[in-house]
Amino acid sequence: MRKTCIDMVHELAKQDERVVFVGSDLGVGTLDEMRWELPDRFFMEGVSEANMIGMCAGLATEGHIVYTNTIATFIARRAYEQVCLDVGHADLPVRFICNGGGLVYAPLGPTHEAIDDFALMRAIPNMTIFAAADAEEMREFMPQSLDWPHPIYIRLAKGHDPIVTQGLPPFEIGKARPLVEGSDALIVTTGITLRVARPALDELRAEGLDVGLLHLPTVKPLDTDAILSRASKSRAVVVVEEHSIIGGLGSAVASLLLEELPSTPSFRMIGIPDQFPDIYGSQADQLRHFDITAERVATEVRGLLRSAAA
Amino acid sequence: MTQAALKGESVPSGLEPGPLDRRSKELRKQCVRCLLGGSRGHVGSTFSLIEILRVLYDDVLKYDPANPSWEERDRFILSKGHGCIALYVLLAEKGFFPDAELDKFCHPDGILGGHPDHVKVPGIEASTGSLGHGLSIGIGRALAGRVRRADWRVFVTLGDGECNEGSIWEGALAAGNHGLENLTVIVDNNKRQSYGSTDEVLDLEPFADKWRAFGFGVHEVDGHDTSALRNAFARLPYEKDRPSALICHTVKGKGIPEAEGNNKWHHLRAIDEAKAQAMIEAIEKY
Repeated sequence: MRKTCIDMVHELAKQDERVVFVGSDLGVGTLDEMRWELPDRFFMEGVSEANMIGMCAGLATEGHIVYTNTIATFIARRAYEQVCLDVGHADLPVRFICNGGGLVYAPLGPTHEAIDDFALMRAIPNMTIFAAADAEEMREFMPQSLDWPHPIYIRLAKGHDPIVTQGLPPFEIGKARPLVEGSDALIVTTGITLRVARPALDELRAEGLDVGLLHLPTVKPLDTDAILSRASKSRAVVVVEEHSIIGGLGSAVASLLLEELPSTPSFRMIGIPDQFPDIYGSQADQLRHFDITAERVATEVRGLLRSAAA
Repeated sequence: MTQAALKGESVPSGLEPGPLDRRSKELRKQCVRCLLGGSRGHVGSTFSLIEILRVLYDDVLKYDPANPSWEERDRFILSKGHGCIALYVLLAEKGFFPDAELDKFCHPDGILGGHPDHVKVPGIEASTGSLGHGLSIGIGRALAGRVRRADWRVFVTLGDGECNEGSIWEGALAAGNHGLENLTVIVDNNKRQSYGSTDEVLDLEPFADKWRAFGFGVHEVDGHDTSALRNAFARLPYEKDRPSALICHTVKGKGIPEAEGNNKWHHLRAIDEAKAQAMIEAIEKY
């Protein structure tokens, strides 16, 4: 997914002279072809994220479409004020390509795990948040990112993630992607939790439960119509995300349902509890540790439907 | 910290309090108009900036008030956004917006706030106020100018207190590394920050050497001497293929004896007609 995203920056730059790339001390060889082919529009800065984001704002003010890349936490946490003020307040077309969304950097510990990035970015007016499920979704997203008139936070997954977006309608920034419609319960996913939820969906439907799945690659702006039209017909809603339960997609959906529906369905957020990750291991280990699993999704849906029926 | 330093009984810059000409006094009086409009404002940081901005807008920068986004203009960024009143006065005088806006400083129906907002104010190139942002924005713009081989230049004005921010030195490294000859950093080196003198709060010396070490061509000037400032700007760039830094030695609060070097005048509140009148009289007598 990262390779797809980064390679497409070069493709977009070849097509559109507004496009520039700004990295922060990335891995050796990153975008070498663009560097040789378009040296004026390739910048590799040092380990100085605050300066890098300010620079991106300056380039974007002058009419460039800026794709910038480093580790997610260094953009979302360290350079938050630059992202918020220099880019967000100015509403500039900077695309933050953020490595290691969620628990990808599990072996590296809490400094590198982006468990709060949705919350931080959601709080910035004008910001768009995109979390791809797989490389195919990224491939659909990138050309649309070119002329999107606002800053975009792009959350990358681990890389070599299995393709799980088969059967979804075409991607469009700001639009939800329904996989299956159902009247009993609705599962809502973003990013790689589509892959977590799909087996649960199959299992529940095999049990005869009419469960739907709505995938939200765009966390902000939220496709409220898509959510409300389905949640209003469901007895239960379960949101699954690789993010803290505070401030992420679950919080966004919960607020929406409470504010807009006369009677709300039973609701559950599956995510990282209010704690820093306390083990190492792999992303998969951490997802199991925090019980962000297909088994949990299925259990929560069954439980909510039982309670709703009682 | 000594009481004398707190009260500003000595001027730590090494500059003797010098006279101000009619234009400098009139600009300061317009600043007082703005301060009265908002009943508040950063007096010290505004008054140290006046001659720097006056020379820039009278003699150095290319701009078109009728077309603030004219492609060929020079880009001026006031990174020390709290000195914005001085910039508002110059921009109003040059016709970027009606000077009646000065009376609505910080009003809900005005466009001029306590920090400059480029979304609202014609002629403001970047929204600043949180310190340490303007240099990096300026670097991005200078790089964009280089990409398109443009003739326009980028000027970023920093405060010396602002140079406490780590992001300034990240930017200084990057500007030096990119050899941005089209970028000039101007430091309003008024020797004071909110709490006290810069050497006591967080010593920046050897300041000029720091900029040299980061790859800048450096020049120092009396920041209230308009002919010296004109000469200093005319000599840009100071070194080929390097960014320039012009360190302007100034007096915080310059033009009102009670305000000069007096940290109680860093930011004033409850400015009423009587206070404003007293400020204008002090400026006239200066």
